[in-house]
Amino acid sequence: MIKVGFYPGCSMKGGAQEYQESVTALAKVFDIELVEVPDWNCCGATAAHNMNKELSLSLPARIMALAEKEGITDIVVPCAACYNRLSIVKHELAEDPSLSSKVASIIDLKYEGTTQILNIIQFIDKYITDRLEEKVVKPFDYKSACYYGCLLVRPHSILKFDRVEDPQSMDILVKKAGGNAIDWAFKTECCGAGMSVSRTDTVARLSGNIMKDAVDRQAEVVVVACPMCHSNLDMRRPEINKFLDEKIDIPVLYISQVLGLAVGIDAKTLGLNRHMTEVNLPVRPVKEPAVAAVPEKEVITQKTEA
Amino acid sequence: MSASHESHHPLTLSGELRLETGVTINKCYQCGKCSAGCPVAEEMDFPPSLVMRMLQTDDPKHYEKLLRSMSIWLCVSCEMCLTRCPMEIDIPTIMDNLRQKSLRAKKTNPQAKKIISFHKSFLDSINITGRLYEMGLIVDYKMRTGAMMQDVLIAPKMFVKGKLNPVPEFIKGRKKVAAIFNRVKKDNKEGK
Repeated sequence: MIKVGFYPGCSMKGGAQEYQESVTALAKVFDIELVEVPDWNCCGATAAHNMNKELSLSLPARIMALAEKEGITDIVVPCAACYNRLSIVKHELAEDPSLSSKVASIIDLKYEGTTQILNIIQFIDKYITDRLEEKVVKPFDYKSACYYGCLLVRPHSILKFDRVEDPQSMDILVKKAGGNAIDWAFKTECCGAGMSVSRTDTVARLSGNIMKDAVDRQAEVVVVACPMCHSNLDMRRPEINKFLDEKIDIPVLYISQVLGLAVGIDAKTLGLNRHMTEVNLPVRPVKEPAVAAVPEKEVITQKTEA
Repeated sequence: MSASHESHHPLTLSGELRLETGVTINKCYQCGKCSAGCPVAEEMDFPPSLVMRMLQTDDPKHYEKLLRSMSIWLCVSCEMCLTRCPMEIDIPTIMDNLRQKSLRAKKTNPQAKKIISFHKSFLDSINITGRLYEMGLIVDYKMRTGAMMQDVLIAPKMFVKGKLNPVPEFIKGRKKVAAIFNRVKKDNKEGK
């Protein structure tokens, strides 16, 4: 069992519990134990950097300082917003030693900036991808629109993760899980993020455009790696459908749920029942019966021809 | 990131911004890619490229308009503008800076009240518990804005799905987190 540091963030303890459930379950299949940063606090998200720069640096710095104290080298940060904040703060403090010591005095902890911040895909690629395909027992055979959103890929100069306009890393994972990752136009368009409550109409429009393109391109499921994107595309579906004036009912799954299903974890453990938009993926025949069915069909065709 | 070589002349607005953020507004040549890519430009009073142009003029009247604008609060910090800017101008950092100046100068646009209330409720929750307590955030936000009926219909379903945590998680170090808030507040008052 490998132990890896883990920062769940507040969403995963509240509205996005299924993200934590599925990440933990997936890690377990690959003999990985996720160890929470002790007594972690909120990263401050958009609110902190909108309102107060010092606060937006100090809250993530405390998390990383606590991890350092615990001897944690890698922190898995599945929430794209938390991943973004932690990575940016790590970068800014590394660039400016005087700012770094100022922040250290604000948080009253030693901060060195030695921890590695991994988003969910980087975590999977570092610890799981090599062994993924051999573990796939139920290929996720669905047309999947992989949605990356903003904070996983931007700003590229700091995050240096994947292609900025047409990222591929999640598509590759979905393909390895037996899925069909479709080509579409809204991979990195903004869903409206933290405006969900304060400006719901804006979110309905932005998230509506995303869902519309996915459906127009025959996606059967949208795959995400961020609790905020998930709640906008899933929980705000009534508002989205009202904006679009049509009924879109395809589910939104976390990448950890997609991979979890593929390696044979049951739907309940992965928290699929927690989504506001019901997950009713059409049942596809599993691999063996599908292979067996092909020759049978061929035989019949041959008979007819004869 | 800082530009400490600026000292002999009184600072222009764009010079002050450069000193505070390291961002050079004058690099902008008005190609408009930021406004084209911005998801909320159509709702803004001044789209991002116009914000850049207004700052370039160093005209206090334009600056005043920006501090009182909706644009700075409608910006969702999606970073698309920076990503597509051929001069790599960090517009999101400028937006952060303008928001904080607008707050301190008490010049926030009245129509931005809901957006700002949400941020305040968000930070209050962290200040008290050390983490974001979603249900507390929503209740606090409703008290601030009076939007009591908003989203009440989805709450029961969220509860059934296990998406609403009825009890907040208080971290052990919540006093240490509150101390961070206090120190930051004090620094801001002293203009550090």
